Amino acid sequence: MNAVNSIGVARPRIEGQAKVTGRARYAADKPMRDLAFGSVVVSTVARGRIRDIDVAAVKGMPGVLGVIDYRNAPRLNPEAGHFFGPDGGLQLLQDDVIPFAGRAVALVVAETLEQAKAAADTLPVTYDQEPHDTGFTADHPNARPAAPLFDGPEDIGDLEAELAASAVVVDERYHTPEEHCSAMEPHSATAWWEGERLQAIDSNQGPFFIATVLATLFSLGFEQVRVRTEHVGGGFGSKGMCGPQLVLATMGATLFRRPVRVTLTRDQVFLMTAMRPATEQPIRLGADADGRLRAIQHEPAFELSPLAEYIEGCTEPTKTLYAAPAIRTRNTAVPLDILPPYSMRGPGAAPGSFALESAMDELAERLGLDPLELRLRNEPAVGPVSGLPFSSRNLVACLRTGAERFGWATRDHRPRTRREGHLLVGTGMAATSFSVGAFPSVASITAEVDGTFTVIIAATDLGTGARTALTAIAADALAIDTERVRLRISDSELGPAWSAGGSRGTTSWAWAITEAAAQLRDQPRDPSRRVTVTVDTTQLLNDLPSMERHAYSAVFTEVTVDPATGEVRVRRLLGMFAVGQVVNPLTARSQVIGGMIGGLSMALHEEGVRDQVSGRHVNADFAGYHIAAHADVPDIEADFVPDYEPGIPFGIKGAGEIGNVGTAAAIANAVWHATGKRQRRLPIRLDRVVE
Amino acid sequence: MTDDTHGEIVLRVNDVTHRLLVDNRTTLLDALREGIGHTGSKKGCDRGQCGACTVLCDGRRVVSCLTLAVAAEGAEITTIEGLAGDGELRPIQREFVRLDGFQCGYCTSGQLCSAVGMLAEHAAGWPSAVTADVSPDAPAPELDAAEVRERMSGNLCRCGAYPSIVRAVLSAAREEVAG
Repeated sequence: MNAVNSIGVARPRIEGQAKVTGRARYAADKPMRDLAFGSVVVSTVARGRIRDIDVAAVKGMPGVLGVIDYRNAPRLNPEAGHFFGPDGGLQLLQDDVIPFAGRAVALVVAETLEQAKAAADTLPVTYDQEPHDTGFTADHPNARPAAPLFDGPEDIGDLEAELAASAVVVDERYHTPEEHCSAMEPHSATAWWEGERLQAIDSNQGPFFIATVLATLFSLGFEQVRVRTEHVGGGFGSKGMCGPQLVLATMGATLFRRPVRVTLTRDQVFLMTAMRPATEQPIRLGADADGRLRAIQHEPAFELSPLAEYIEGCTEPTKTLYAAPAIRTRNTAVPLDILPPYSMRGPGAAPGSFALESAMDELAERLGLDPLELRLRNEPAVGPVSGLPFSSRNLVACLRTGAERFGWATRDHRPRTRREGHLLVGTGMAATSFSVGAFPSVASITAEVDGTFTVIIAATDLGTGARTALTAIAADALAIDTERVRLRISDSELGPAWSAGGSRGTTSWAWAITEAAAQLRDQPRDPSRRVTVTVDTTQLLNDLPSMERHAYSAVFTEVTVDPATGEVRVRRLLGMFAVGQVVNPLTARSQVIGGMIGGLSMALHEEGVRDQVSGRHVNADFAGYHIAAHADVPDIEADFVPDYEPGIPFGIKGAGEIGNVGTAAAIANAVWHATGKRQRRLPIRLDRVVE
Repeated sequence: MTDDTHGEIVLRVNDVTHRLLVDNRTTLLDALREGIGHTGSKKGCDRGQCGACTVLCDGRRVVSCLTLAVAAEGAEITTIEGLAGDGELRPIQREFVRLDGFQCGYCTSGQLCSAVGMLAEHAAGWPSAVTADVSPDAPAPELDAAEVRERMSGNLCRCGAYPSIVRAVLSAAREEVAG
């Protein structure tokens, strides 16, 4: 069993060949006999009731098998939900009420894609419209405290006294718009019945969790539902929930008793699947003249829908990044007639850190201090709010190494001092954190008689490299070469497991695999017999001591600004990361670079625009909602500082979201450095920069 | 059954002739995916905005979601399934794997077909928006990262694999064009 370590070795993805030859099958790719296609019809009004759906008008159209609407849809269990209680977003086609523009009102099922689409486009739907409210503002009359399920309010020290005693106070307000996950694969599900058993192939971030929600929703036993999800074309949060495609495909399969495939169109992905809510974030920072923070106040508001509870936890980094004697945080929720928002890559921390790290840069400016030095002077010894020790905190290493590689030391901190021809040039930086941990999962490992090991866990690979990483982890845990590991993932039948989300996929799955491997190795072995060990990590996780556990990064960037056009271009982007032991440097680097590109896109491009008169999202496609393209993105530097999370097997941390966090603030700070004008509202559009 | 709304067409895909009955509204993308079973080409937007469905028609890149199947008759169509020779990855595919030019892989078929078409365009001397000298007798611009980024900007990648894709394209460029 002598094997070299596989963890820490850069390896191409296991499914790489399949993905470059077109053989990797995604949810909409599996050929099926007798397949019918469902096309979704969505509401065009933001609030009201359905007056009529004229099903007769399309029933005779070629190939149409039927229409499902609230009058004939299977009844759903109103108690079904995700992480925050019952979720009205799941209750599709249950009544005539329209809670937001883009809500599904009907599913047309036909023999072919073209026939389904033609009938869906034709289906006459009329509404009794009611006044809607989609106008987000922090001081909206319906604003209320956010549910305290996590990132609850904190209040330590005497905030007002510390602010009064501060030599410098920054008191500003930051805004971020609705943003959309925009995975390249539109949500697709195919559902069919095999006897009393519901089968589904679905694009999602966790087949086990999705299967439990689906079973609850349709009042089925869990053993009656199987959800598979072999290859997923990105998720970024939007596939963390039981999506409308799966609910509607299941209804279609149930009513028409044949396999039904529902693939959302791109505009429906915008209109119907999780988005990041708009935020408005007042911040006050108070500091002594030498830059030591006295007070941090961060009280963001975010929008949500009355259909589903949600918390955009913008103040999570605020509670842990910097030491201050007084820290006050509050999250406020503003219910509106909009698509229920949900987690998007770097939830809470991405918009929250834009506000906090922009405010820190403003504080450095007013103190006449190097923004890097300001961060270093406020490094906490323990959790600033919790008082708990840090399990590992290597932010300073990220800051110092990043600054050195970037050449930060020679920066003139005054704004608008660099010009190259007609361009203004500036640099900026930000520090970030993202919490790490693990959730209960079950893994089993079988020692086969041929000397290989079958490792089974209901993980998913959204493009994170999970297959490749878990294979390396299993190999090291078993002290064998990766060639002897056979990994099975992506199927709800493989047992309870956390989803690919919250930067907790790899840690959760690795923990279960590592523990199963340890127990297997402890057993007396008879090589002529198969032996299986199954482990559930629930109890192990309960025993993990409470500590401040986070990944960290420091982001540095250089931008050019054309003051005549307002165009901002990112010329350099460098991130140093402390993400625990790195399992696969090749794929981990890709992942954090991808996160930084998401942050660049958030900083400069992305904005879901809502027409307040109609309440509709008006740029629900890739022409109107631009995500960073090749030409927007420079070569990006990303590297890792030595780091090890002592509470988690192999010292690993999640790396999925930290890259996304911090980049927007670093770019906004660089734009200020170039132009002298603060950008407190994302995205940094041309009209906000042009002079 | 041929009528006002359907027709039988012949598509040449990856050197194989396919006889198909298609709805006249069927896009080339849907004909490839649903009619022939080549699901490597992906539908990311169905509006020509993302590039995931890019295939080669007579060597030129097209977004197959905006091409009607009936209009593709007579063309030599190459999809991701036909990029590799006999089981061997071609250089650009090999470099995508080696340099991690993708994460989720959903845009990858489009990126690869687009890159092959783009390299041919460049080799033929076509300028791009970032080419400095666009005069008719100018030599072919040197293929650098800026040229690749500009020419590949019709292919979106939400995972953010762009830097690796550019490296992979540049690394494979010489072999691809020579081969």
